[in-house]
Amino acid sequence: MLELTAAVGYQQIVVEVGGIPVRLRTTNSDFRRMLENRYQGFIGAHRRAELDFRIDLAGSKADELSDDVQVTRSSGQWSLTRGDFHAEWDPESSSGSIRQSANPYSIDSVLRIVHTLALAKEGGFLVHAASVVRKSRAYLFVGPSGAGKTTMVGMAPSDVTILTDEISYVRNDGSGYTAFGTPFVGDLGKIGTNVSARIASLYLLAKGPENRIEPIATAEAVRSVLSNVLFFAEDQELVRSVFRSVCDFVGQVPTRRLTFYPACRVWDMIG
Amino acid sequence: MNRKLYVARSSDVASRRLGDEMLIMSGRDSTLFTLNEVAAIIWEAADGVIPLEDIVVERICSQFDVEPSAAMSDAEELADELSRHGILLLSEEPISQSSLPQQERQ
Repeated sequence: MLELTAAVGYQQIVVEVGGIPVRLRTTNSDFRRMLENRYQGFIGAHRRAELDFRIDLAGSKADELSDDVQVTRSSGQWSLTRGDFHAEWDPESSSGSIRQSANPYSIDSVLRIVHTLALAKEGGFLVHAASVVRKSRAYLFVGPSGAGKTTMVGMAPSDVTILTDEISYVRNDGSGYTAFGTPFVGDLGKIGTNVSARIASLYLLAKGPENRIEPIATAEAVRSVLSNVLFFAEDQELVRSVFRSVCDFVGQVPTRRLTFYPACRVWDMIG
Repeated sequence: MNRKLYVARSSDVASRRLGDEMLIMSGRDSTLFTLNEVAAIIWEAADGVIPLEDIVVERICSQFDVEPSAAMSDAEELADELSRHGILLLSEEPISQSSLPQQERQ
């Protein structure tokens, strides 16, 4: 039997971040090529994606880009709205639709939001953090813009694999926490490497005159990590779930404050 | 004669005791609250059944060097503030326990 997608001329790619393959379907071949280029290294070969989105391209609305996003759930269906896109997603059928202009930023935002929703149910989260792998173990560097995330990974020595300089992807498989590479770029302008590793430590970043690592109280660690977690949904159940996830994470993963002077020798203290 | 005041944790929150502090996340608006050691004791005891006055006398005044009247005044102020944020329920009658969230400790 012919697939319906083929019958109506949809072209598709599967973007797999954090081990969650998302099928994106579009009738516009230029847009598909743009997606392939943007998510290079994260294109999956899965015939059966876990999530499926049809993308309908509207006219150019680049002037409507804004940070004001609304993520709500009604009758089990998620609605994601910002000036430059509107998306619907039904978790029951794992499918949805996205209406946006042919720009890469809208689909990137939709993917980030969808992943936050998917992770919230299973104890994971996205967090404003750079992350790297060194000696098969992952390290997260958490902080808001200006804290030094991009600076840290920009100074990383050659034996360090960069997962991301902007948005870290954390999953909990029940026996521990794993960080995954993401294509969500920050100031480095370079997508992460699509690998994963168990998380060894999380560092709260601060710049200072010298390098030092200090312990911090658990409650302070939870507050700091929570303030950097990406979560957009107006949904009480998931908000509580994210809170518990961060508390559990900090309870299991060593979390410290890393004050660093921007020079390569700070990496002598990591791993 | 003063009427009794009953306090109960809202079911719209998630909370976790971390050391001496209690962190509370409002599910409504994602606001994060931090309670100190004494306030955390009141929060944990706020089961909707024990009057606030009894919580203060039995769990605060018995552990800390504080006058009952001063402790009660502070406790009422705390309860009012948490109530205004919608994370604590206040009533002059006992409050049903079915709506109370589970307490977590780490």
